[in-house]
Amino acid sequence: MESTSAGNGQIQELHQAHLLRKRKIQRKVLGTQLLILIVFFAIWEVAGRNKWIDVLLFSYPSKVFTQIYHDMLDGSIWVHLGATVGETIVGFVLGTLLGTALAAMIWWWDFAAKVLDPYMVVFNSMPKVALGPLFIVGFGPGFMAIVATTLSITVMITTLTVYQSFREVDPNYVKVIRVFGGSKRDVFYKVILRASFPAIVSTLKVNVGLAWVGVIVGEFLVSKVGLGYLIIYGFQVFNFTLVLSTLVLIAVVATVMYQFVAYLERKLT
Amino acid sequence: MSDVPVVGLEDVTQVYVTDREATLAIDRFSLTVQTGEFVSLVGPSGCGKTTILSMIAGLLLPSSGQVHVLGRAVQGPTPVVGYMLQQDYLFPWRTILENAMIGLELTGQKDDASRAYTLHLLEEMGLQHTANLYPHQLSGGMRQRVALVRTLATKPDILLLDEPFSALDYQTKLQLEDLVAFTMKQHKKTAILVTHDLSEAVAISDRVIVLESHPGRFRKEFQIPDAIRNAEPFYAREQEGFNALFHEVWKELESTERRTT
Repeated sequence: MESTSAGNGQIQELHQAHLLRKRKIQRKVLGTQLLILIVFFAIWEVAGRNKWIDVLLFSYPSKVFTQIYHDMLDGSIWVHLGATVGETIVGFVLGTLLGTALAAMIWWWDFAAKVLDPYMVVFNSMPKVALGPLFIVGFGPGFMAIVATTLSITVMITTLTVYQSFREVDPNYVKVIRVFGGSKRDVFYKVILRASFPAIVSTLKVNVGLAWVGVIVGEFLVSKVGLGYLIIYGFQVFNFTLVLSTLVLIAVVATVMYQFVAYLERKLT
Repeated sequence: MSDVPVVGLEDVTQVYVTDREATLAIDRFSLTVQTGEFVSLVGPSGCGKTTILSMIAGLLLPSSGQVHVLGRAVQGPTPVVGYMLQQDYLFPWRTILENAMIGLELTGQKDDASRAYTLHLLEEMGLQHTANLYPHQLSGGMRQRVALVRTLATKPDILLLDEPFSALDYQTKLQLEDLVAFTMKQHKKTAILVTHDLSEAVAISDRVIVLESHPGRFRKEFQIPDAIRNAEPFYAREQEGFNALFHEVWKELESTERRTT
């Protein structure tokens, strides 16, 4: 940098002022966000206690949090939480891997891509959770059926997205490999797959959300263990405090999981 | 051995087939390039310059005719031929050194000696300090120099240069022309350059071949006089006779364009 008439000190000052302004706005945003949350819970609590809303249906926060607290103390929640988190992780990781593998297959074998195209489109536009009962019969009511439900939701969309990204790689990068006599294998591993890394990681993020849908629906159907089961159970015995406390847990765990994958994305790409 | 041309094309014809039609891209084109020669191909767009390079590189087989490199019929890409593209196309996820060594990696020559040679080439191009940087940290001219190192690292005998200076700003382009001309002479490589820039072609080459388009065909060949040939490209432009020759090539090219439009 050249020295200017403004001088170094003044430039530093402007920079400091800019940072200060930025921090101020950040604090304001965070403050407003917290305020909304607190007001929401406060209104809910007051409305519940004064019976402005149907407590049986909507419960209220102190009841919900007491429920969570007790379930955590007596340990009953961990089994359900563990099962659901396990299924979700297996679901979205496996879904992304299988989807990518399938995309690799149809990239490699152009004929397969052409043949499978209409089938993939039809399967992808189907509401996959409708297959749930088939999976329960096929795999037995448990972990396998739930993971299968999750995979039915995640695999096809991953395949389509990743395959699309494979095809969008600049052909000149492929040319670089080809002029050195590189094989199709070299082209795939050194260019196509590597260049699609950001796309794959971003489908991982989408799949976290989809996996939660698959797992909760799967648990609704199987009804043995898990947070989905707790919701159905709470609904059946008309304990909506249980239903809402489970929803709060899901919101927290799903957010943590999503943030973790987002962190992974920043690290890897 | 010495009388075997490095590159030989005999009556090469190339037909492109699409759903709509089959078009004649190259029509009975012949070319002989001797060891150490620097030949430029110029012509209007659609004259199949890049197609000719692709056939020499083995990326594309001719529809008819023969393509020979070092006396052998071309069947696919070989390490004997290096190819430099219009843009650097360095892989953003590889460091400069890893990018420069990708050819060695692909041809199974990656070892300490070839690594040292690549580092030496980087140094020759004034890039030694960039070995561990990533492409986005370098300027366009530096990146294209890395691409040149990448092409040279596998020690090809022939370099195909597909408008390697066209994406650069004017100053960088002039500097890189000098560097490439110098490097080719120093390493005694044979080079075939495809370019749109007539002054570049005249300044850098031993021979300029003008093509006409639709279909791509040989039109005329210009031998560059020694005075221009032996000067660095930058100074070649100031040599006596450069302008006259430039105009001659220019007129030839213009007449091919008039023919097609």
